[in-house]
Amino acid sequence: MAHHPSDEYLMDYAAGSASHSVDLLVATHLALCPECRDKVAAYEHLGGALLDSASPSAIAPDALSAMMARLDEPMPSEQTPASDSPRFDARTLHMIPEPLRSHLAGNLDDLKWSSLTRGIDQIELKVGLKGEKTRFYRIRGGQSVPQHTHAGNELTLVLAGSFSDSTGRYARGDVAIADGDLDHQPVADLGEDCYCLAVTDAPLRLTGPVGRFLNLFMRY
Amino acid sequence: MAAPAYEELLVAVGRHRDRAAFAELFAHFAPRLKTYLTRIGSGGEMVEEVVQEAMLMVWRRAETFDPAQASASTWIFTIARNKRIDALRRVRRPEIDPEDPALVPDAPKPADEAMAESQRDAAIKRVLKTLPEEQAALLRQAYFEDKSHSTIAAESDLPLGTVKSRIRLALAKLRQGLERELT
Repeated sequence: MAHHPSDEYLMDYAAGSASHSVDLLVATHLALCPECRDKVAAYEHLGGALLDSASPSAIAPDALSAMMARLDEPMPSEQTPASDSPRFDARTLHMIPEPLRSHLAGNLDDLKWSSLTRGIDQIELKVGLKGEKTRFYRIRGGQSVPQHTHAGNELTLVLAGSFSDSTGRYARGDVAIADGDLDHQPVADLGEDCYCLAVTDAPLRLTGPVGRFLNLFMRY
Repeated sequence: MAAPAYEELLVAVGRHRDRAAFAELFAHFAPRLKTYLTRIGSGGEMVEEVVQEAMLMVWRRAETFDPAQASASTWIFTIARNKRIDALRRVRRPEIDPEDPALVPDAPKPADEAMAESQRDAAIKRVLKTLPEEQAALLRQAYFEDKSHSTIAAESDLPLGTVKSRIRLALAKLRQGLERELT
């Protein structure tokens, strides 16, 4: 894998400050990328150390007894993604990892694709707040995507096939990050259809996270 | 050494449903979770609720805690982080499924590397304590306040560039400290 989410996104995921759609894309990348799972784990260790070093707040005097009284509450039945989503065929099961798979209404061939332009189909996934766009694309091999820029940051995760643009070639597991300045024209490589998930940050969240500068931390 | 080993307490909860061990964990972590959740802006009543929900999850999931993977504080941090997000979004946070046929599994790790995980956590904690207060405060803001650097700059009445270079400095210092601790 050549293209990973930048560390600011991994740290945001670990700190819990990423938007819902970015969470979905990053988590799906993590399913394909042990290397980024390790990085997220390191950022979580920093979160744990900060929690442990936090100065304690006063809690209600009866908080402990209220807590102990709840320990015997019956456990709510755990809804695993598998139990409430459709049964998927082998192709869908092996191509689309969780948590993305649970957001699809069925097998890849049965989805209600809408045609964007010739050779490009899309599905809009309902994830996150107004202003976050989460789209699943199917692009015929060899098809080029109309040239475009972005209102905000767009992250694209490739699940199958591959595409290329002026910044490089992206295959399964790779994440392309395009900011508002990038004017690009991705082309799906010849051969297999390219399936990818694209999310756009909510406009209100475009100011970069502090996390960008935590990159240095990753060098230990 | 008087400090209780929270990892041992968690294991006792997981294996024996040990209520006294859980009460000790609650006494240490609930007030700190409250600080974390208050700072990150979960808002008033929701804070106490999320603290309780998170600690209830600690009780229920304790048997899945693996001290070779993480320290107690890291494990509890991730539970509280997810509980907060679930409460805000009213849906389950997207996470990977370890049983997924599409998952690319980890390469097996040598045993001594797994051991280092909890030592690394302890090292981060020690180094955090040695940072000048101003720098530690900046790192806390990154994790606990859900704020962009430009928001921090506006609130502290500092130029953005100054905030950026101070965070850089804090991280460099943290990294230097870790290199000393871990090599």
